[in-house]
Amino acid sequence: MTHAVEIRELHKSFGPLEVLKGIDFTVDTGQVVCVIGPSGSGKSTLLRCVNLLEEPTSGKVVVNGIELTHRDVDIDAVRRTIGMVFQQFNLFQHLSVLENITIAQRRVLGRRKSEAVKVAMQNLEKVGVGDKARFYPIQLSGGQQQRVAIARALAMDPALMLFDEPTSALDPELVGDVLAVMRQLADDGMTMLVVTHEMSFAREVADHVVFMDGGVIVEEGAPARVIGAPEHSRTQTFLARVLDPTHAKVGEVPEVDDYQAHRAIDGQPTVQVPGFDHGSGSGAI
Amino acid sequence: MTATTTEPTGAASVSGIRGLSPRQRRRILRGIQYGIFLGVIVLVVLLVDWSQIREHFLDADVAKEMLPELFTIALYNTIIYTVSAYAIGFVLGLAIALMRLSSAPPYRWVALIYVEIFRGLPALLVLLIIGFGLPVAFQGLNVPGDVYGKAALGLGVVAAAYMAETFRAGIQAVPKGQLEAARSLGMSQPRAMISIVIPQALRIIIPPLTNELVLLFKDSSLVYALGITAANVELTKFGSDAAINSADSTPFVVAGMTYLLITVPLGIVVRRLEARQSRGR
Repeated sequence: MTHAVEIRELHKSFGPLEVLKGIDFTVDTGQVVCVIGPSGSGKSTLLRCVNLLEEPTSGKVVVNGIELTHRDVDIDAVRRTIGMVFQQFNLFQHLSVLENITIAQRRVLGRRKSEAVKVAMQNLEKVGVGDKARFYPIQLSGGQQQRVAIARALAMDPALMLFDEPTSALDPELVGDVLAVMRQLADDGMTMLVVTHEMSFAREVADHVVFMDGGVIVEEGAPARVIGAPEHSRTQTFLARVLDPTHAKVGEVPEVDDYQAHRAIDGQPTVQVPGFDHGSGSGAI
Repeated sequence: MTATTTEPTGAASVSGIRGLSPRQRRRILRGIQYGIFLGVIVLVVLLVDWSQIREHFLDADVAKEMLPELFTIALYNTIIYTVSAYAIGFVLGLAIALMRLSSAPPYRWVALIYVEIFRGLPALLVLLIIGFGLPVAFQGLNVPGDVYGKAALGLGVVAAAYMAETFRAGIQAVPKGQLEAARSLGMSQPRAMISIVIPQALRIIIPPLTNELVLLFKDSSLVYALGITAANVELTKFGSDAAINSADSTPFVVAGMTYLLITVPLGIVVRRLEARQSRGR
């Protein structure tokens, strides 16, 4: 059978820095896969390779039977079927919420205005911000902005949704709203690939959990096993620090020593390479 | 002017030099500042020959003779030169900015060379080259629109160099995530630039673009170098001709006031836009 996502021998380097060192894994249709791991482990880069926002150095990425890494692929056509939600929301600041959701429907899918507005309103209602259609992104809270971003991706009727740490830039009390929308989406049968630090979400919603560290998959499997009873010491240490940070010991894991500090700017590798700055978000204006 | 008397202070102010508290020293300093200001004004008022000023700079009869051509011809032409040059500069500048951001190196080189040349040359020299050099270099070449065409082209290519840099800065100021979000929705690179990045860049650069309009409005005075007729005359040339004819300086003042009539309101608009921007969109 064809998988929703199939990744084979994926390598990605930024200059001399090798971020992904041979990744193999698959996501089946209807599955929710969560990718967890420390900062700089390459999980965001992996996700961005799935819709070619990052060009893989070598290896194969196949989404719904179409090989994205083939040189003749129409990447714009494939991306229409892949929704992406970013850590920094990346709503279009110059457009209203409604226009944010209709512009790609009209310009890319060629939908009529009335139809695009109808689809937009349906999806805004679905994520619980139907009353904010006339607002501009800057007038919304982070949680509302992220839900609008989810609605924007859903309006394109994607077959696969990618989430790149969707709750990492949110105030703690706003995380729940976004996770609830994502859980609803999972229950509706959406195929989802989620990079997250929310272990409770991974444990309860994911069908499959992938733990990455140092550019490789360290272990993967059912959430009960990977999160509940991890086999590898690196996974154990990581989970201990995330689930119970107050009891972490300084220096027990040198490479993730300042994990909490990194978390604020997660999505960027620990080593900065010129020209590589995918962490910049709409908040920078 | 405020009095700068120092009141006798108690032992509490021993920290100050020569027995003055910091507050008293500030008052004295401020008094000196206002004193110098008033002194200069008084000096100017005393030195200027007011009867000469009234006669040669503010002669109502001379000013009246400039009407209505001051507005119907001179200001009208000035605005035509400015707006046409601005239009050329805007379109060409945007194209060059996009070339500078191109992934194809030859485009980047051409754009960079263009900017360096036309930012480095005086606008007057560019006008002279277009007015008198081009017809020689390209036999039979005629810029359409005669003086209007030459002026728009000459001032426009110079403005384009400045505007290209402004556009580039604006485009680069739009967060990369905006382009990524647009591309992830399946928009092509050109579509994402047109629908998402450039509209946001324009908002960011409205103040410098308005400034460029003010600069062009003044630089339109250089058009005289093309050798213009009475029908093509702009404000500065119109003023200086009138000054020569009437052997009086009033036309300079009138022409100057007419410039300010446009530039001051524009300046106010720019300041408002900047204030609105600093408050966040």
